[in-house]
Order: sequence, then C-alpha cells, then structure tokens
Amino acid sequence: MVGILEDKDRIFTNVYGLHDWGLEGAKARGCWNATRDMLAQTPEWLCDQIKNSGLRGRGGAGFSTGLKWTFMPKQESDRPHYLVVNADESEPGTCKDREILRNDPHLLIEGCLIAAYAIRAHTAYVYIRGEYVFERERLEAAIKQAYAAKLIGKGNVHGWDFELHVTHGGGAYICGDETALMESLEGKKGQPRLKPPFPAGAGIYGCPTTINNVESISVIGTILRRGAEWFAGFGRPNNTGTKLMAISGHVMKPCVVEEAMSIPLRQLLEDHCGGIRGGWGNLKAVIPGGSSVRMIPAHEAETALMDFDSLSALKSGLGTAAVIVMDQSTDIVKAVARLSYFYKHESCGQCTPCREGTGWMWRVMERMATGEAEMREIDMLLDVASQVEGHTICGLGDAAAWPIQGLFRHFRHEVEERITNYRAGKPFVQGATLQAAE
Amino acid sequence: MSVRRLSPNQPDSFAFTPESEKLALWWIAKFPAARQQSAVLPLLWLVQKQQGWVSEPALRVVAEKLSMPVIRVYEVATFYTMFMLEPVGSKALVQVCGTTPCMLRGAGDLIAVCQKKFGNRDHLSADGQFYWQEVECLGACSNAPMAAINDYYYEDLTAQSFEAILDDFAAGKSPAPGSAIGRQGAAPEGGPLVLSDPKLYDGSAAKPIKTLPNAPPKPKGKAAKEPAA
Ligand SMILES: Cc1cc2nc3c(=O)[nH]c(=O)nc-3n(C[C@H](O)[C@H](O)[C@H](O)COP(=O)(O)O)c2cc1C
Ligand code: SF4
Ligand code: FES
Repeated sequence: MVGILEDKDRIFTNVYGLHDWGLEGAKARGCWNATRDMLAQTPEWLCDQIKNSGLRGRGGAGFSTGLKWTFMPKQESDRPHYLVVNADESEPGTCKDREILRNDPHLLIEGCLIAAYAIRAHTAYVYIRGEYVFERERLEAAIKQAYAAKLIGKGNVHGWDFELHVTHGGGAYICGDETALMESLEGKKGQPRLKPPFPAGAGIYGCPTTINNVESISVIGTILRRGAEWFAGFGRPNNTGTKLMAISGHVMKPCVVEEAMSIPLRQLLEDHCGGIRGGWGNLKAVIPGGSSVRMIPAHEAETALMDFDSLSALKSGLGTAAVIVMDQSTDIVKAVARLSYFYKHESCGQCTPCREGTGWMWRVMERMATGEAEMREIDMLLDVASQVEGHTICGLGDAAAWPIQGLFRHFRHEVEERITNYRAGKPFVQGATLQAAE
Repeated sequence: MSVRRLSPNQPDSFAFTPESEKLALWWIAKFPAARQQSAVLPLLWLVQKQQGWVSEPALRVVAEKLSMPVIRVYEVATFYTMFMLEPVGSKALVQVCGTTPCMLRGAGDLIAVCQKKFGNRDHLSADGQFYWQEVECLGACSNAPMAAINDYYYEDLTAQSFEAILDDFAAGKSPAPGSAIGRQGAAPEGGPLVLSDPKLYDGSAAKPIKTLPNAPPKPKGKAAKEPAA
C-alpha cells in the first residue's frame, strides 16, 4: 500500500475522474445517501458533529468549520442567510478544489445543502475563479441534475428549500480573500473589506453569510454518514481528518492525492510522487502549504508532518496543503522573486504598505537573484517585509512577506554569496555550480 | 497591481446577440431583486465571448442592462485581468502560466516558444492570429507547465508539444485540451496509485444507512437547545 490512507476511507473516490461524475455515479459511490436523515436533525446537532470531527477550514486559515457555523444568527430575520463557497483557488501551488469541481461535484452540492441548513440559509453561491471554465460548466451540469432530481430547489425531497447558484470571478487572486470575494460577488472591484463587521454579521448584501472553501464543504456529507469519530480518527489531535494534497515542482510524478492528515511529508512525496527528482538527497527546500507560507529546507522536510501544528512549529504552515518541491538545481532566489512578482501583480492596491511594498520587495528580490543588490539591502528588505506583515487590511500583505522571510531564514548565506561574487566579477549563472560539481 | 486601460481604438457600438441576451438574463436571475449588479462579471465575460474582447461601447451596454453607473463597470473591467481590453488573436488567446510551480517545471521554455512564434507578449502577433500573455497561477500546478488557450487548459507541456498544439490552432484545428502526456487528470504519471478497491464502485456505498452515527434516538423530538452564548 502507498501512503497511510486506505481506499475504503477516501472521501473523494473520483478525484481522478475515472468514473461517472454525474448523479448516478455519485450516488453509487455513496453521495446523497442518508442526506434526508441529516436534514432531519437540528442545525445544532450538525454543527456539533462537524465540531467534533475536528474539521478545520481547508481554504488556508484552518478555522474550525463547525464553530464558524455557530456564529450565524440562530433565527432568520428579515435579512436572509447566505452560504458562499470559495472556489477561487488561486494560491500558487493549489489545484485541489479543481478536482472536486470537475470530478466529484455532487459531494460539493450535497455539502452545500447540509451546510446551508446548518446555518439556516436557503441560498448558496459557489464563486469559481473565472479561468476554471470547464470546471464551471461541469458544476453547472451537476447542479442541473440535482435540481431535476429534486434533491435541491424549491419543495425538494429533503424538505429544506434551497437554491444553489454558480457565479465566477475575473482572474484576480485577491478575490480568494473572503471579504474581497463578497465584494466581487456583489459586482464590484475585489477589494477586501475592513473587519468587523464579520461575514456572519454582515456578509454579502449586508446579510449574515458563512463562507467556506470547496473542500471544507465537500467533506461534510461523508463525515456525517461515517461519523465525527471516523474523521477525527485520522491525523493527530487538533489536526484531524483526511485532506487533499497537491504536489508540484521537482518530484518525479506530481499529483493530487487525498491523504490522512499528519502524514510525514517525506512519505507523501516518496509514496505518491515517486520521490524527489534525483533522490531525497537532491532536495533543497519545500514550500508545504501554497506560496504564501514560508519554505522549509530539506533537513526539516525530512521530519515534518503534513499538519497545522508540525508545520507552524517550523515557522511555516499547512495552508492549502499545496506542496511545492524544489531540488538542488533550483535558483531558489529567483523562485521567490517570481512569487514576489505574483504578489505585486495581485495586490488590490488599497493599502499603502501592500501596494508600494509588494512592488518594492519584488524589485529588490530581482536584484538579489542576480547578486546586483547591496549587502545592506538584505536587512532593509527584511525590515520592509516585517513592516508590511500585519499592517494591511487583508492577508495578502502577510503572504507577500512570508516567502521572502522563509528564504532568508534558511538561505541567507546563498544570497550573500551571490552579492559577493557579483562584486568580484562572477555574476550568478543558474546551473553553474552543478556543472562544476559534475 | 497592474495598470490596465481601454484600447484607443474602439468600435462605434455593441449589441448582445440573442443568445448572449438570453444568457445575460439567466445570469441576472441568479441574484436577488435589485442586486442585478452582481451579474457584472458574468456579463462582461459574455461580451468577451461574443466579441473576443471588451470594448468601451460594451461597457455602456452592460451598465445600462444592470442599471449601474458606467464608471462602476469600467472599474470592474479594468480591475479584473481576465477581461481583454483590446482585440486578441483571431485563432487563439494563449495564456502561459509563469508562476513558480510552473516555472520550476519549464514554463520558461513555453514562454520562449511564444516569443519566437508570436513576438512580444501582450501584443497581437504580426498576422493577427495570436495574442499571448504570461499569467499568474491558473490552479493546475500538479500538471505544470501549462497554458490556457482560449477557454481550456493544456497541461504537462514541453516546448515541443506546446508548439505542436499552437500549430494546430494556426491550422484552424481545435486540439483536445488536457494533459499532453496522457495523464489521467491530476493522477501521477503512469496512472493512479490509489482508488483501486472495487468495493468503492460496486454500489455498496449506496446501501441505506439505518441510523446516522451519533444521531439522537428521536430526531427533532425536542426543541432545539439554546446555545450558551
Ligand atoms: C489573499 C487571500 C487569498 C485567499 N484565497 C483563497 C482561495 O483561493 N480559496 C479559499 O478557499 N480560500 C482562500 N483564502 C482564505 C479565505 O479568506 C477564507 O479564509 C476561506 O475561504 C474560508 O474557508 P474555510 O474556513 O473553509 O477554509 C484566501 C485568503 C487570502 C487572504
Ligand atoms: S493587503 Fe494588499 S491586497 Fe489586501 S487589501 Fe491591502 S492592498 Fe489590497
Ligand atoms: S503555477 Fe502554473 S498552474 Fe499553478
């Protein structure tokens, strides 16, 4: 067997699209089974079950999903409640929600119905990133099937009127942030809102709103069918469940795979991805949770577990469990400079530290990559990064600072070497050291 | 942030075709009454599907359709980078992902192909058939490097396979999207290593469940308990 998770415990049984994505196929795989019984329970019971399962938001922040649901008002007022599903998936390295949207869409639809009932909402929107055209078409088709089978809609067989709509973005990473997404859904520029008010108080259209990631919602049905204890039985306390992990970069065989939380990073890479290109010894660093977390060097990757606590103890994070692998051939400074460009490109521009800081950091990072920068600029860069971090409206400012901090935490000597060599008339040439070593 | 402006060359007018019109109403109906502005992104997308890009007269038509000030539609069109503000290639709009995970697996080679074939990025090619851009992570990183051509994803590319696909587009064909090396979705190359248990697919998972785990004996029997806070 590869990995830790056994086939019988997988939630996403069609993650590779080998089987029928449609309603019949999904039902045969267990979706929509006993959904009616779930909706016969109280919303409180549902929230308790999800809390007990230990499910933490799969969109990056890792907040308890069951607990988030309880923040919604207990009674519907004249302001309707809304569920919004975040299918913006734009964090570099992350490509897991896509597999759900196109191959297991009914798990998402079923989860939407259950979650909507748990927060007393009759309407939900799935906000898909604009570039996922195929995925959007697929989800629309699956929703059509669900309506036709009266699983959702007015007067459906579950007894909770429920409308589910798909909408889409226009190619802006920032719309993954929950409040920017709500602005975008309302038809505006995707600029994050100041909090408070929090979405549970005033979200879309000023109404109580819960927003969750695609994966967070798609696991709900199976958790309830199999029991909170079942889900809580995987991983370590506080880090429970199964998780879709997306591996990219310098492994032999990149892939997306569902695994038990807390699987050792090395086992994940070796069992599922055929290991590092050129063997484990050829590993340089891993960004374990999408581009917005700090990288960890090979020796830390050796013992890291894929969970919230293990990775935050290494000053990194689980994020979206998007593992970006870099082997010894990587120009690691350039790799981070490219991420800095990403954040500069995606900043929405409303706070000065982020708007100005991301551009400045990118330009300095480009000079760090060639070695043209001054030695003293390293500390200046780290100082600016720390001043952007935590001083902005949304998390993009932090996300722009962290890759840079991670680089200098572990590879400062390499940048210093580049700067010294540049001044000695030996500019950095990618691959030169490798050739010299051969 | 990226600076985006409308093209200096604009057509005189824009009108939705009957099909686009129908779709526009379908989008608007998804949102609550008086919240039709929510449909602005989908409507701009319809414009782009119909026209190939988003022109200034189209912004006015969308604004009128959604009863919003033109300036708000303008803001949206210039904020979201998917909206092309000038005409794109008659054969294809090619968007190569250049973000780090793709870069690590050779996005640079794809970019070089585009540069060689079509000239500078963000410009129409000399023959007017292609327009290429480097874009940010498209959310298909496990199938890197990749490019979106028109609406769909072409994955696991090499300079060679990419060039062949582009040549197909130039010849007026529509090559099938997906993995250029025949991978099954995001499964590892060579085929999935998991999900081989036939019990997952024999229908046994659809057998009725007698009682949900942890379900109270009498569902909905007593009134919902008030939470403490
Ligand atoms: C800049 C930025 C981008 C984000 N992008 C995404 C995204 O693409 N998908 C997502 O689910 N969450 C994203 N998030 C996190 C969301 O704000 C939010 O925490 C999440 O959707 C909540 O769902 P969850 O509790 O189920 O994880 C992003 C956050 C920030 C600050
Ligand atoms: S931190 Fe950046 S992206 Fe976030 S609100 Fe401020 S300017 Fe916009
Ligand atoms: S980095 Fe290219 S698809 Fe994600």
